Amino acid sequence: MEPQTLFDKIWQSHVVKEEPGCPAVLYVDLHLIHEVTSPQAFSDLRRRGLRVRRPDRTFATMDHSVQTNPTGAAREDAAATQQLRALSENCGKAGISLFEPGSEHHGIVHVIGPELGLTRPGATIVCGDSHTSTHGAFGALAFGIGTSEVAHVLATQCLLQRKPRTMDVRFTGKLRPWVSAKDMCLALTAKIGTGGATGHVIEYRGEAVDQLSVESRMTLCNMSIEAGARAGMVAPDEKCVDWLKGRPYSPRGLAWTDARKRWLALRSDRGANFDSHVRIDGSDIDAMITWGTTPAMAVAVGKPTPRPDDFATESERAAAAKALAYMGLKPGEPLTGRRISTVFIGSCTNGRIEDLRAAASLLRGRSVAPHVRMLVVPGSQQVLRQAEAEGLDGVFKAAGAQWRKPGCSMCIAMNGDQIAEGEYAVSTSNRNFEGRQGKGGRTFLASPLTATAAAITGRLTHPRELMQEVPCVLNA
Amino acid sequence: MRFERITSTLIVLPIDNIDTDQIIPARFLKTTSREGLGEKLFHDWRYSKDGKAHSEFALSIARPGSRILLAGSNFGCGSSREHAPWALYDFGIRAVIAPSFADIFRANAAKNGILTVEVTREFAAFLLESQMRALGLEVTIDLQAQALSAGGITIEFPFDAFSRQCLLHGRDELDYLLSQMTEVEAYENAHAGS
Ligand code: SF4
Repeated sequence: MEPQTLFDKIWQSHVVKEEPGCPAVLYVDLHLIHEVTSPQAFSDLRRRGLRVRRPDRTFATMDHSVQTNPTGAAREDAAATQQLRALSENCGKAGISLFEPGSEHHGIVHVIGPELGLTRPGATIVCGDSHTSTHGAFGALAFGIGTSEVAHVLATQCLLQRKPRTMDVRFTGKLRPWVSAKDMCLALTAKIGTGGATGHVIEYRGEAVDQLSVESRMTLCNMSIEAGARAGMVAPDEKCVDWLKGRPYSPRGLAWTDARKRWLALRSDRGANFDSHVRIDGSDIDAMITWGTTPAMAVAVGKPTPRPDDFATESERAAAAKALAYMGLKPGEPLTGRRISTVFIGSCTNGRIEDLRAAASLLRGRSVAPHVRMLVVPGSQQVLRQAEAEGLDGVFKAAGAQWRKPGCSMCIAMNGDQIAEGEYAVSTSNRNFEGRQGKGGRTFLASPLTATAAAITGRLTHPRELMQEVPCVLNA
Repeated sequence: MRFERITSTLIVLPIDNIDTDQIIPARFLKTTSREGLGEKLFHDWRYSKDGKAHSEFALSIARPGSRILLAGSNFGCGSSREHAPWALYDFGIRAVIAPSFADIFRANAAKNGILTVEVTREFAAFLLESQMRALGLEVTIDLQAQALSAGGITIEFPFDAFSRQCLLHGRDELDYLLSQMTEVEAYENAHAGS
């Protein structure tokens, strides 16, 4: 038999049917839903007199529009409240499990899927959210869909899909102590562009990927979409499979032993053919930061902003000039030392316990600069609990940072957490598009270490400068 | 949603990587319906602080009733929000011409009666120049023939065969999926427990 990629294997085992000239009918093992992209899908079902086919394979959470202020006084506005209520009612009627704010398993959809053990190697996973690619860290085929497709999956547990192409992204070498998966994402996107992987499913491989923790792999897969990819994945290894052991929805007993064996066998065959290849030397990557309005507009911390004239094409020059103007930055200007006023640690990209540990490792015994507002937003209730058990909340509060409740928060700025017009923020989220964190707001995307370094100095700072005396928490 | 053929003047927004946060900012996603989003289309580029539309913005300059948008490459990148095509449709746009599209946007657009017409960079530049020379350039897009005509030139464009059939006949993809349920059940039975 011809050698197959990991993607090919999962794809093949989930094709229910494929007629000539038609896309494949692809079976969906797990469907995650949230309040923003599901109400119209439920309306479609009602209009057509259809019911949810597999409520047992559907799980819901509220994350995008929930407010994260712990004081309790703040409430969602009327529109958000109505949207949350709609999700509650829709789930109630259909018998779908819903993890509500405040409950034990609540959190951002892409944080709770894996930590509950809902995410499984070899599975097909979809959600009306582009960062569904996160779940690929476990060797699942996971991708974002639109609301019409949410309705398709609710009604049939299937999707119509054309087979994507495959891309082999290999990170060789060993990462430097201050370099994280986030820096790898930004380095990749800067190299291939926001459309560089369009139409492709990426498989991340190589020594630097093998060495990453499971949580870091989630960060890596999370941002695949920022390079245009349909999905990103990493083949499951022992580290990955063991991470899933004992999770609330993970198989137990004999079923676990059996699953473990199957999962560990899931990998691309030697000699499997990929449609394209990208190679990056991991030991060359430095801490990265964005200077513009797409995640591809990123440079190593310490490098100046580019000059539009440096770009090859007219459209790139125009885009760079437009981005610099929006960001209020001059061409060739040093980024390090620029004053910032907000730091956001959180999101489905960097809101897991490992990210909070990294931030706390720099903050311990230090304080947030007086002019800086720092929000630390755990990705889920489990992350919040774990952080509190480790005393990280104490570190954040003592340093002057805000310790918030779980939610998407300032990643999407539709829930009250946002930056003001013209304000500079360093964010561990995934998108620096114009207005993404608030109308007119200016976002520098970076890793938790780089963001925390900026919070401490109040300026864009290379994390290495603050890491000398603290033990390295990453890449252990 | 049905699509056969349209002839219209252009709305011109020749910027690469127009993301879904620009098409419809996140703060307008707190809706449970599909309607009324046209007013918010390109909101933050379109309106000034006092809520008035910028007179020099593409949507203001275009001839009233223009239904075709000419954009840069990788149009619709970013989030999976179907609110983006809903907003475009609600505004009246029925086709977007660009050198390339983001995957999820392309899929979402087809399901909402919006044609994504992929052309070469050169042809996009030709359309832009023709439009500059004669404001009011008329473009015809014919899905049956998969052909675009403008300024005396006709080109063919690629389009997914299945989506094309659905759009030409106003058929919904969900109908097709629902007609496959026997196979789906058989699949589920064969894979029970995994
Ligand atoms: S944290 Fe941000 S990117 Fe992740 S699901 Fe929420 S809004 Fe989307």
